[in-house]
Amino acid sequence: MIYREAGQFRTSYAADQAVFPVLQDRVFVWAIALFAFVVVPFAASEYLLRAILVPFLILAIAAIGLNLLVGYCGQISLGSAAFMAVGAYVSYDVTVHLPWLNLLLVFLIGGLCAAAAGVVFGLPSLRIKGYYLAVATLAAQFFFDWLFIRVPWFTNYASSGSVSAPPLRIFGLSFESPAGRYLLCLGLLTVAALVAKNLVRGRMGRIWMATRDMDIAAEIIGIRPLHAKLSAFAISSFIIGISGALWAFVHLGSWEPLAFSIDRSFALLFMVVIGGLGSILGCFFGAAFITIVPIFLNQVPAALGIPLSTAMVSHLEFMTFGALIVFFLIVEPNGLARLWAIGREKLRLWPFPH
Amino acid sequence: MNFFVVEVLIGGLLTGVLYALVALGFVLIFKASAVFNFAQGSMCLFAALALVRLMEVMPLPLALLAAAAIMIGLAFAIERLVLRPLVNQAAIILFMATIGITFFLDGFGQSLFGSKVYTLDLGIPKNPLILFESIIPGGILVNEFDLWAAVAAGLLVAVLAVFFQRTRIGRALRAVADDHQAAQSVGIPLRHIWVIVWSVAGLVALVAGIIWGSKLGVQFSIALVALKALPVLMLGGLTSVPGAIVGGLIVGAGEKLSEVFLGPFLGGGIENWFAYVLALLFLLARPQGLFGERIIERV
Amino acid sequence: MRSKMLGLFAMFCAFTVTPAFAQNEQFFPSLVYRTGPYAPNGIPFANGYADYLNLVNTRDGGINGVKITTEECETGYATDRGVECYERLKGKGPTGASLFVPLSTGITYALMDKAPVDKIALLTSGYGRSESADGNVVRWAFPILGTYWDAGDIQIEYIAKSLGGWDKLKGKKIADVYHDSPYGKEPIPVLQALAKQHGFDLQLLPVTHPGVEQKATWLQIRQNRPDFSLLWGWGVMNSTALKEAAAVAYPRDKMLGVWWAGAEADTVPAEDAAKGYEALALNPAGTNFPIHKDVFALLYDKNLGAADRKDVGSVLYNRGMINALFATEAVRTAQAKFGNKPLTGEQVRWGLENLDLTTDKIKKLGFEGLLTPLKVTCENHTGIARAKVHQWDGKEWHFVSDWIDSDQKLVWPMVEEAAKKYAQEKNLPTDACAKAS
Repeated sequence: MIYREAGQFRTSYAADQAVFPVLQDRVFVWAIALFAFVVVPFAASEYLLRAILVPFLILAIAAIGLNLLVGYCGQISLGSAAFMAVGAYVSYDVTVHLPWLNLLLVFLIGGLCAAAAGVVFGLPSLRIKGYYLAVATLAAQFFFDWLFIRVPWFTNYASSGSVSAPPLRIFGLSFESPAGRYLLCLGLLTVAALVAKNLVRGRMGRIWMATRDMDIAAEIIGIRPLHAKLSAFAISSFIIGISGALWAFVHLGSWEPLAFSIDRSFALLFMVVIGGLGSILGCFFGAAFITIVPIFLNQVPAALGIPLSTAMVSHLEFMTFGALIVFFLIVEPNGLARLWAIGREKLRLWPFPH
Repeated sequence: MNFFVVEVLIGGLLTGVLYALVALGFVLIFKASAVFNFAQGSMCLFAALALVRLMEVMPLPLALLAAAAIMIGLAFAIERLVLRPLVNQAAIILFMATIGITFFLDGFGQSLFGSKVYTLDLGIPKNPLILFESIIPGGILVNEFDLWAAVAAGLLVAVLAVFFQRTRIGRALRAVADDHQAAQSVGIPLRHIWVIVWSVAGLVALVAGIIWGSKLGVQFSIALVALKALPVLMLGGLTSVPGAIVGGLIVGAGEKLSEVFLGPFLGGGIENWFAYVLALLFLLARPQGLFGERIIERV
Repeated sequence: MRSKMLGLFAMFCAFTVTPAFAQNEQFFPSLVYRTGPYAPNGIPFANGYADYLNLVNTRDGGINGVKITTEECETGYATDRGVECYERLKGKGPTGASLFVPLSTGITYALMDKAPVDKIALLTSGYGRSESADGNVVRWAFPILGTYWDAGDIQIEYIAKSLGGWDKLKGKKIADVYHDSPYGKEPIPVLQALAKQHGFDLQLLPVTHPGVEQKATWLQIRQNRPDFSLLWGWGVMNSTALKEAAAVAYPRDKMLGVWWAGAEADTVPAEDAAKGYEALALNPAGTNFPIHKDVFALLYDKNLGAADRKDVGSVLYNRGMINALFATEAVRTAQAKFGNKPLTGEQVRWGLENLDLTTDKIKKLGFEGLLTPLKVTCENHTGIARAKVHQWDGKEWHFVSDWIDSDQKLVWPMVEEAAKKYAQEKNLPTDACAKAS
């Protein structure tokens, strides 16, 4: 009744190729965007902004990047936190040596270096497939873990190896306040999501999906595997690198190499798989799941008044998290995005059952 | 100086055998059910924790039996709750499910058995042995504990080999590893096979957990040993038991030699990534690992 | 999705809106790690901290009548979780959090940027950024009892003393087995400066987190045969180091750990391998101090203790109690100026800055023997920088030296220089004390 497409005629190619062709979808997305940009910065508490929304937004960007590689191009990568680290450290070094450069350009350069690193560590994908490739990407993870600790140039010769980000000023405006940080991340997330959505709808996306589905057949019909796989690694690492720079500059403020350890890589992979492989919307769901569930699980025993030691709460958090992952994979292997799509399908027919 | 190389080499080879122990569990499960069981490390930790806490209330042989029973029970639970609902799903889904099991076991094991560092003392001597002191100045240092661990691993591999080659169940496992559907069509019950395979992997995890627990103390970091076994798997091939052993030896030796001789030039701490890079180089030459099955893709 | 978001939003408002606390309370947050590879060392410290705060409540009814409330938050030694815990707990209580004890160098680094903005002090006793000793630049972090640079200096002092003098160091080989993290890397400049000054050869051997892979490190030590080995580990790295040292037959009495590598949590798991191992000690172990009588009588005999009874009195447990003492005494000192009511973070900071623990005060508080008198000033946040060396005999720690002070003539100029650089980086004034007074 509400969600009917009847009566909506698309009379131009542009209208037909819109990201959200259905009017109700467009209205809904605009409403959410307005709410997110205008209402939330003023209404949300500082804790909500700094500790929940900012990490959610940054990890959503990273999940979009990883989804391009894993979901659309089918190359399993377990070393994504390493590319986040590359983005973060290169951005830091640029601000140290070129402090006058606009922060957005700094992030861009960080992303480009991460893309280069992604291409280098993606080269084995031309020869190695499947689980072997997944384990090979771990080489990137451990190598960069080591590189940023050992080579003092990256940390500006700090004796401790810990570095801190410069103040967040872009075009003279300060983004230091919680609302400012939130808006910066939200803006970059919107750009990343639009770019990714259009990439996957276009030629690049089709090349990637063909490689994912049957790479030999794709090669036969003329898709160069080198081009397909390395472009996926490059663009994916670019986006992940930018998210890494944001994670370091906006969320942590001060960080050491352990901040980008293998746990972060696995968290990103979870986001992508639980959210839905091959779905941009799924990245948002996955990021929300991974950001909010641990905090939620942490607070539940206290909220219910059950006296548990912090160690036990931590263990229960792990257990519930693991069980939830298995549960979601059993219930819907295509992720939360598929559940959302099913919901939409039902809504199109509502109130009729079929 | 020459003999220091031998010392490092021997130390590396012995450590490699320990990695191979953990890798064995991965190989077993992958061979029979094509599942990359990332939870193997957590299973080692869980088994070791169970054993250590049981040893506090019962004598060692009984505790071993009880721990083995717990691992078999765990295998049943995993097959019933995780594998059966996820039959026929994509490889990455099963992989993620095993990572979910990892988290669950980490939390469950520590909440059940505690998160302190427990000492696991099985009476294995831990003394350093200095060999050939008369011939070589300073002698060659070999750790007695590592030798015993290598012997235990060797025995385990021998037992597994006999199990696979000579028993009926072993034959059935090999059949399932070869071709699931063909095995089913000759009447081999797949579900039972999976429970058996996960149980055997659980017992292998128990042995690995015991040895690593004796070495490091039973604590959370044992679960991270799985990350050390991954290059072994890459090198040796995911489907080969001898591959796991050979891979383990190469990775162990390569790691230690690189850390001691290449490390000082690079500032040290290169062990972790060197193992992966080494395995990567081998993979570029043979994309399925040294002993792995050739992946034949059909369009 | 919007209703889902609104629902989540409402739920989190519910969680973040704190229930109205009774008015007369002072909130002490507690960042702990009771899980993960560093738990063996984090647990006794957290227990000691919790027990002393509990004792002040039950025995004294709070600090001058103001009750203490506390809440633990699990960080697992991870920086991002530490930051999340900080954000969650900083606003709790009628006046916000009094101060934070991160017990992790990584978390300290991350919080040092946020603390001045939120006006909550960090108590980083025996760790943290060495620059924070200079109160003229860093107003909000307090490394009372010493920094890593002090520790490194004290280690070399002790070695020189045991050899018979500074000149005996020339030509000797000293290895530094350290945790490859900010914690392990901080003392290196001081150690290198001392190496240059006194002519000994310093070999740096990093160990990757979590530190269970040390075979190659100790084989290298066996090869090089250094005269001494310094151990800068944390968590399971320490007991692994002792086991590996035994495996290569390196004499344990030639190993000298820093004060974060010298606790029962490090030696007990290593069993016989730890006999003879020496380490710096900020405080003694043991339960025959006056304060423990109260702890046992008022807490453990009534089943209100946080730890197992047999773990009371371990090195890190006592250190946790000492940290809680600093925190409560800072509040008490500040109350003398601002009144006996719940104090803000800024007022507690003033209390830390003016913390003066005289011999009499220490005796009255029951900590005689656990602490030496110290006075924190605005310019110098360490108060005092000294340690003893104790040795493990298989069952207990015994002191094998008297108090060794760190050489401020060497360390303080380095601190000032680092603080100047820090001030430049963060755009801070370098004369905060002159301005304040």
